[in-house]
Amino acid sequence: MTTMQRLLQLPVNAVNIVKTVQSQVQGHEEDKSPVLSPDSGQQTWYSALQPDELRHLRSGGTGGGGGGGGGGGGGGDQEERGSQEDGGGGGSFQSQPLRHDDLKEMLDSNKDSLKLEAMKRIVAMIARGKNASDLFPAVVKNVACKNIEVKKLVYVYLVRYAEEQQDLALLSISTFQRGLKDPNQLIRASALRVLSSIRVTIIVPIMMLAIKEAASDMSPYVRKTAAHAIPKLYSLDPEQKDQLIEVIEKLLADKTTLVAGSVVMAFEEVCPERIDLIHKNYRKLCNLLIDVEEWGQVVIINMLTRYARTQFLNPNINESLLEEGGGADKTFYGSDEDEDEDEEEKEKKAEAAAMAKRKPYVMDPDHRLLLRNTKPLLQSRNAAVVMAVAQLYFHLAPKAEVGVIAKALVRLLRSHSEVQYVVLQNVATMTIKRRGMFEPYLKSFYIRSTDPTQIKILKLEVLTNLANETNISTILREFQTYIKSMDKDFVAATIQAIGRCATNIGEVRDTCLNGLVQLLSNRDELVVAESVVVIKKLLQMQPEKHSDIIKHMAKLTDNIQVPMARASILWLIGEYCEHVPKIAPDVLRKMAKSFTNEEDIVKLQILNLAAKLYLTNSKQTKLLTQYVLNLAKYDQNYDIRDRARFIRQLIVPTEKSGALSKYAKKLFLALKPAPVLESPFKDRDHFQLGSLSHLLNAKAGGYQELPDWPESAPDPSVRNVEVKESVPEWTKCSSREKRKEKKVEKPFYSDSEGESGPTESADSESDSASGSESGSEGSGSASESEESGGVSVSEEEEEEEEEEKKTKKRELKKAVQESESEQSSEEEDRKHERKMKQQKSDSESESDEEEESESESSQSESDDSESEAEVRKKKKAAESKPPSKPAKRETTKEKKEMSLLDLDDFEPAPSPQVTPVNNLFSNSLVTDLEGLSLSEAVLLPATITPSSALKSYELLHRITGEGLSVEYCFSRQPFSPDANMVAVQMQFTNSSASDTKSLHMEDVKLQSGMRVKEFPEIELLPAGETATAVMGIDFCDSTQAANFQLCTHTRKFFVSIQPPVGELMRPVFLTENEFKKEQGQLMGMNEITEKLTLDAKCRNEHAIVQRVTTAANLSRVPCGSDKECSPPVPPPEHPVHRFAGRTVTSGSLVLVTVATREEGAAQLTINCEKMVIGTMLVKDILLALTQ
Amino acid sequence: MINSLFLISHSGDIFLEKHWKSVISRSVCDYFLEAKEKAGDPENVAPVLQTPHHYLISIYRGKLFFLSVTQTEVPPLFVIEFLHRVADTFQDYFGDCSEVVIKENTVTVYELLEEMLDNGFPLATESNVLKEMIRPPTILRSVVNTLTGGSNVGGTLPTGQLSNVPWRRAGVKYTNNEAYFDVIEEIDAILDKSGTTVFAEIQGVVEACVKLTGMPDLTLSFMNPRLLDDVSFHPCVRFKRWESERVLSFIPPDGNFRLMSYHVSSQNLVAIPVYVKQNISFLETGSCGRLDITIGPKQTMGKSVENLTVTIPMPKSVLSVNLTATQGTYTFDLTTKVVLWDVGKLNPQKLPNLRGSISIQTGSPKPEENPSINIGLQIQQLAISAGLKVSRLDMYGEKYKPFKGVKYVTKAGKFQVRT
Repeated sequence: MTTMQRLLQLPVNAVNIVKTVQSQVQGHEEDKSPVLSPDSGQQTWYSALQPDELRHLRSGGTGGGGGGGGGGGGGGDQEERGSQEDGGGGGSFQSQPLRHDDLKEMLDSNKDSLKLEAMKRIVAMIARGKNASDLFPAVVKNVACKNIEVKKLVYVYLVRYAEEQQDLALLSISTFQRGLKDPNQLIRASALRVLSSIRVTIIVPIMMLAIKEAASDMSPYVRKTAAHAIPKLYSLDPEQKDQLIEVIEKLLADKTTLVAGSVVMAFEEVCPERIDLIHKNYRKLCNLLIDVEEWGQVVIINMLTRYARTQFLNPNINESLLEEGGGADKTFYGSDEDEDEDEEEKEKKAEAAAMAKRKPYVMDPDHRLLLRNTKPLLQSRNAAVVMAVAQLYFHLAPKAEVGVIAKALVRLLRSHSEVQYVVLQNVATMTIKRRGMFEPYLKSFYIRSTDPTQIKILKLEVLTNLANETNISTILREFQTYIKSMDKDFVAATIQAIGRCATNIGEVRDTCLNGLVQLLSNRDELVVAESVVVIKKLLQMQPEKHSDIIKHMAKLTDNIQVPMARASILWLIGEYCEHVPKIAPDVLRKMAKSFTNEEDIVKLQILNLAAKLYLTNSKQTKLLTQYVLNLAKYDQNYDIRDRARFIRQLIVPTEKSGALSKYAKKLFLALKPAPVLESPFKDRDHFQLGSLSHLLNAKAGGYQELPDWPESAPDPSVRNVEVKESVPEWTKCSSREKRKEKKVEKPFYSDSEGESGPTESADSESDSASGSESGSEGSGSASESEESGGVSVSEEEEEEEEEEKKTKKRELKKAVQESESEQSSEEEDRKHERKMKQQKSDSESESDEEEESESESSQSESDDSESEAEVRKKKKAAESKPPSKPAKRETTKEKKEMSLLDLDDFEPAPSPQVTPVNNLFSNSLVTDLEGLSLSEAVLLPATITPSSALKSYELLHRITGEGLSVEYCFSRQPFSPDANMVAVQMQFTNSSASDTKSLHMEDVKLQSGMRVKEFPEIELLPAGETATAVMGIDFCDSTQAANFQLCTHTRKFFVSIQPPVGELMRPVFLTENEFKKEQGQLMGMNEITEKLTLDAKCRNEHAIVQRVTTAANLSRVPCGSDKECSPPVPPPEHPVHRFAGRTVTSGSLVLVTVATREEGAAQLTINCEKMVIGTMLVKDILLALTQ
Repeated sequence: MINSLFLISHSGDIFLEKHWKSVISRSVCDYFLEAKEKAGDPENVAPVLQTPHHYLISIYRGKLFFLSVTQTEVPPLFVIEFLHRVADTFQDYFGDCSEVVIKENTVTVYELLEEMLDNGFPLATESNVLKEMIRPPTILRSVVNTLTGGSNVGGTLPTGQLSNVPWRRAGVKYTNNEAYFDVIEEIDAILDKSGTTVFAEIQGVVEACVKLTGMPDLTLSFMNPRLLDDVSFHPCVRFKRWESERVLSFIPPDGNFRLMSYHVSSQNLVAIPVYVKQNISFLETGSCGRLDITIGPKQTMGKSVENLTVTIPMPKSVLSVNLTATQGTYTFDLTTKVVLWDVGKLNPQKLPNLRGSISIQTGSPKPEENPSINIGLQIQQLAISAGLKVSRLDMYGEKYKPFKGVKYVTKAGKFQVRT
């Protein structure tokens, strides 16, 4: 008979009694579980549920009395079962207390094996959460047991129950005290560990003493245990804090990796506010970090993030020249392989950099040290470490460097779904601030139908945050698939996401709206409801255009039952009842009929609708409104009754009605601002990323706020370690370094040894090549690290980079020499000429700007094909122009310097010296130089910067500006405070009679994602004077206008700057091969081809190049055809011109190819990942080439 | 950090608890059980829950929930990663991480947990160190233990914590010195209806099984390390050497471990080894549908595709399927509504095909979405990234000559075809 059958035989009342008794005896009974059978303990407890149940049954039977024979029988049977399972031990089943007695007996026996068996069972009980506390006396006797296995289990028991049996626990203390003096470090450690885990307040002094002693133990393992013990003691008795801090201070100075993690953990738990304790150990911690065990790394990195926030300056807010310079340098070296400067220039650069260092903001070397030493940990296998580094970079690194974490975070998305969940939460927060960082990994966030819903929704969030004009089409296509998902929660979230995309990106608003309207005919009601809610929000932005949608939705009221959706529709109809004058009253009529059956939110909206209709169309709806209000008056919900009363008073004119009723129309039909759909992750980053508080978006207990950056840097010398101390420390570090070096060197030598050695002969043949290769590499890096070993704060990374650069440079030089030898001197002339032309075109546009006659500029365009002599003349003219207006120039320049403070460091590098050097370069190199955004900025600021205005646009006309006229142009200079911004140079001319004061900008209105760096306020612009200023705008690779107010001391002007698409990119240098390679990867949808007929004046190379580069900020790709088309040789039949650039914000490549054909026919091809940019650029360039 | 740990079975039974600080009543799990109830699918339980006095951080592994309780701020990933490490350790010790196995080995599990955390802070998580302190159970030892009453606790004290190489135990001895490396690459891909690749990338891992005497110092170099775009390493790998020379230099732990995982640079186009021709349609009326799937080789580099499986999670309204497979067998799980087709080896001459009809609950509407098709496959002796090859393995520090072996396997990772 099975248990179940037995149960069924019980009379009903017996079962009830059993239940009550069961609950009474529960606590007691559980102690006496049948686990404790001698040899098959685990097995029984694994099936322990049954016996338990039945034992209750039996006790119910006897105790309750009413159970009768059935209960007794069940119990008896169970006894048998139990004894069967228990094997030999089953005999003792009838008397429960004996069970523990058995164990006690076993524990008291002399045999270790019996003791062990007993302890195992007790531990198994603890594991299951059963109470074994009454065995305490028996167990604690064995604390001094010789058998290490028994001892361990006794420790487990002690730690668990000592708190409950404090007096008895004291019996064990002396054993631990003895253990603390043991010669074996492991015994010392384990004694301390258990002693500190016993939560008995009386022994606090003993613990304190033990910890203090262990903190100066010679064994690092014991010291580590001491560090672990500190928080234990602190939680037991917070009064000991001061003494514990002393111990922490001592342990913080420890130089072993084993201790570092544990002591920082203790620091975080006991005294996280004592940041001053870290100063002296900061550098040591940074240097040890990579060798600390994973868990310690996490704690240390999180702590150092906070530390750095209090000690260093914000690398992003201050216009940090070094940083930006450094950042720009890096990208410059990284992307451009034509490192073609002379040594001379190098020196100049070094000078400039040195000067930069003297500037107000310099990144503290300690700050740099932290960033550098944590970076390798991004490669950790431990997701927590990676996340810790990622948040450190996010909170501390200069903008340009934060990008490195994206790749590592995306890698974590391959991990367990819990890891994904946490990482995605953090990525979602990051994408709001730093969208560009994750854009290249867009596809990694695509959703699989097998993802858990919570992951899907987070991925969706990230995708939505990443959406911009250029990728929106891909994202929407992806969303299209998601809408069809079976997971309805996910579908609803997708619809919300579409709504958010539509609000953020104006261009797709109509498309999205149409898509959503289609969803209205979806079969699933939830989908429809969600669409309605989102459509409502979208329509609010431009209701007048969409009255047909509103009508369509009005019809839906018959079918949709989801309250939120119904409410949304009603609100829409009420709000825009003027657009649907016929339908609205009818809807109200229907609603009035069903009023009593509606949900509360719907009822409220019916009232709302009624009120609005009454105000606009009282003739038709007066009675209906009255009716609805009457219904509402007797509603169960007081909110609705209140609302009805309120509305009635407000809209229905009575003699008593107050002053407000005449404003009723204004109140109800006020223009409501469109809702802002924004991410729930907005502003979450005020919590330290990666923290529990961030995840929950609520402050968790013990969370340490991430401090704001200090205004001015605290004294950095606090981290200096005294010489006496520092010598060993630094030698330690350098010895670490050396150890690493040795490791580096070793393989190099041993490699070659290995090859000659007999043992390696097996594979030496095939390896010899690779071996020698790696060898040479090794030697290079080895020598480098030797160098850096000397410098305490080594700059290895940079040096490596430089090494790379050097080799590249060497290669390049070779190439240059080759090409030079091939080129005739005429060619050089030609190149010279082209260069001048460039300048000429610059000056021309400047002349334009300076309000010269239109005719000249138009003529100048035709100049392109004119002879060289003429060009020269032009150039001269252009050059001579500036002096003719000396006053203006001066102010211009002055202002220039002011606004571009960071650039004047470079000014000592005089341009005249540069130009001749350039002249020696090959043809291709000059074009290269054009592409080098930085080299321009660095080398030619004095000549080009002030006059480099290309095409200027009017921002504020003289008339509307009441005498103040403003023009702007895209200077095509890298905007040094932020590489992702487009520099906009503004020229203010005060043509009024009075001075203009405090010229500045305000109230910047931007599309999401865009950012503006305002120009510094111009305090005084005297009448008749001109001033210039530079501002930076991050257009986010869109041609959305940046709107802002230009304010003077008296007036404000609304102005907007809209960039032509060609200005959203910066030139990059690519070789022809690279170009083709990149082009090969941007085929298909990313390629746009147009046929065109070139303008008659634009059929030679110069003209084409000039026009294209004017239209867009691109650089010419030097190509094989260059050689062919050099003048003396007959020009090639159909040269192909290539241009390359990258978009400023996202760095997507923009490749332009103009292939000429017969008779001025040509084909224009643009390859760009960002399709929107591509299409717009095609138009612009077509226009430039055909006119 | 971590106050307590509860192991909860799939059905909600709390079968093990361990406390590192003061005891927290197991009633705290009720919040979790409630959330689990609400979520339905265990995968959908939020890993982090907030209760009035505690925070619950949990993972779901092997049909078990590992639920940790914490009272203060702690990086959630720290806990999650640790819990997974615990599960990995169980797997390593008992060969499996399931309720049955853990119940069978409660005492060992308890001892392990005791060693792994001290006061809630991770203490020893390296399997080499742990194995020295607590020996994993083997059949032989359990027999011996029952006879002699011994246990799994190490008789000698561990030394691993104290060596310079925390992940390797000292005094390792083998008669056969061997080092095996498996380069396993997984293709993650999403293909759309027409078979074009929406997204594809290759993730790889190098799994090592090193059984070498003493303290060997190994150097593993690759033919084409430039291929590796993003890498993460076992802590034993010297990062500086990798940075400068692109070789893996390390003193290995003893036994099995994951040396590195990598991501192949996305510049390279990913070869998709198979194509799927599918036609799944549900009829507007008559509550039935059709399914027809054919799989053929695409870019397999001349190797044969093995262990091919196709998993199709059907809409919930599907009642049953009636299919015929030209090769292999298929099963349909009535509760999860998943069709699993185990194809086996892909024969290019005779392409495997699965076709037949699907019947849907009468009255329920036609499913909106066609189910996606998930492919599993394996290609031996091929690294699909086509170029990542181990070029050599050198050993320093020991005199003997080890036996070295490298194996390449390509697998389908998250390989999904949308329909």
